[in-house]
Amino acid sequence: MTRPATDQVWKWLAEVPDPEIPAISLVDLGIIRDVAWQGDTLTVTITPTYSGCPATSVIAMDVEAALRAHGIEKLELKRQLSPAWTTDWLTEQGRAKLEAYGIAPPQPAGGPSRCPQCQSTNLERISQFGSTPCKATWRCRDCLEPFDYFKCI
Amino acid sequence: MTRDEALFEFLLRMGDNTLILGHRVSEWCGHSPVLEEDIALANTALDMIGQTQLWLGLAGEVEGKGRSADDLAFRRDAWDFRNVLLCELPNGDFGQTLMRQFLYDAWSLGMLDRLKTSSEARVAEIAEKALKEVTYHLERSGDTVIGLGDGTEESHTRMQKALDYLWPYVGEMFEKDKVDEVMIAAGIAPDPADLRPRYDETVSRVFAEATLTIPDGSYVHKGGRTGRMHTEHLGHLLTSMQWLQRAYPGAAW
Ligand SMILES: [Zn+2]
Repeated sequence: MTRPATDQVWKWLAEVPDPEIPAISLVDLGIIRDVAWQGDTLTVTITPTYSGCPATSVIAMDVEAALRAHGIEKLELKRQLSPAWTTDWLTEQGRAKLEAYGIAPPQPAGGPSRCPQCQSTNLERISQFGSTPCKATWRCRDCLEPFDYFKCI
Repeated sequence: MTRDEALFEFLLRMGDNTLILGHRVSEWCGHSPVLEEDIALANTALDMIGQTQLWLGLAGEVEGKGRSADDLAFRRDAWDFRNVLLCELPNGDFGQTLMRQFLYDAWSLGMLDRLKTSSEARVAEIAEKALKEVTYHLERSGDTVIGLGDGTEESHTRMQKALDYLWPYVGEMFEKDKVDEVMIAAGIAPDPADLRPRYDETVSRVFAEATLTIPDGSYVHKGGRTGRMHTEHLGHLLTSMQWLQRAYPGAAW
């Protein structure tokens, strides 16, 4: 087979949703670190968000399924721990999609900048943890809606 | 003892700490006082089990006998575990669980911060990853110790009782033996005693704010990290944690 360009592979990966937050793609999440051909084998390097994140193995399966569906036969998935994943690697597009989905994107200040529902800045933290390892739980004091905040690490 | 033999022991100590404490914390799942705390404890446990996969996975690789992280977690008996005794102690009440977590997190943060610059690249990269998670854990366990210590009369009494019970187990984390000497000489890990000043600074600051008093006495319960003698609690924990792989060896999802 002909080797698809790595740009093309990145486009395919940008269509693979995160299994726990399907509003954003794996590329938006910033966990795809590298795509490269080594001979006739395509190597995709993935970094985990949290070391215990149960989605990690599902993500590997989803990447493999997506690339196989696009005709990639020889595929190697590599895990890379260092440099450790940081929320700085979320794309701008990913941050916008998160907020539209109702999850406040991470902020360097360590808390959400505004309520994803009503944009109020009158907020309180309910818990340092949330429905997945990457999130914390906050509440808007104006519209009273609780919401997920994507933790900054 | 060769470098790799010592490294294997060292990695077991790191991975068994996170495995046993992670399992302990997971026992709270579905039993916490409020939903938010339940989620927080489950997430903390999950992070520690994830770190275990990295530490024990590397231990198996270094040992070179084809043992996976799962093999090491589920197919060793109590005397082969190398966690400090603190990690295997029962949960007690919610306050005792968070006190144990705080005493462990403060040590773990200092250790990982030093391991980040380990001469062994595979150790350094695990430490870099785990440090981010442990920083977050310490923030929460420290805040909770302060909240409950400087809380109601009831919560204060319970937190002081938890500290009195757990404090004699702290010293083991700073013990040094032959394994540590090889690790220090190879530049892989720090001298455990070097971690003590920063640790004391952290816990003193938090306990002052929590209005809690470190008990007198210098007795140290130890024997876990060397495997000489665990408490009776570890065996009970393992019967539950290892049951499935004992009953159905090799069972996979
Ligand atoms: Zn709102």
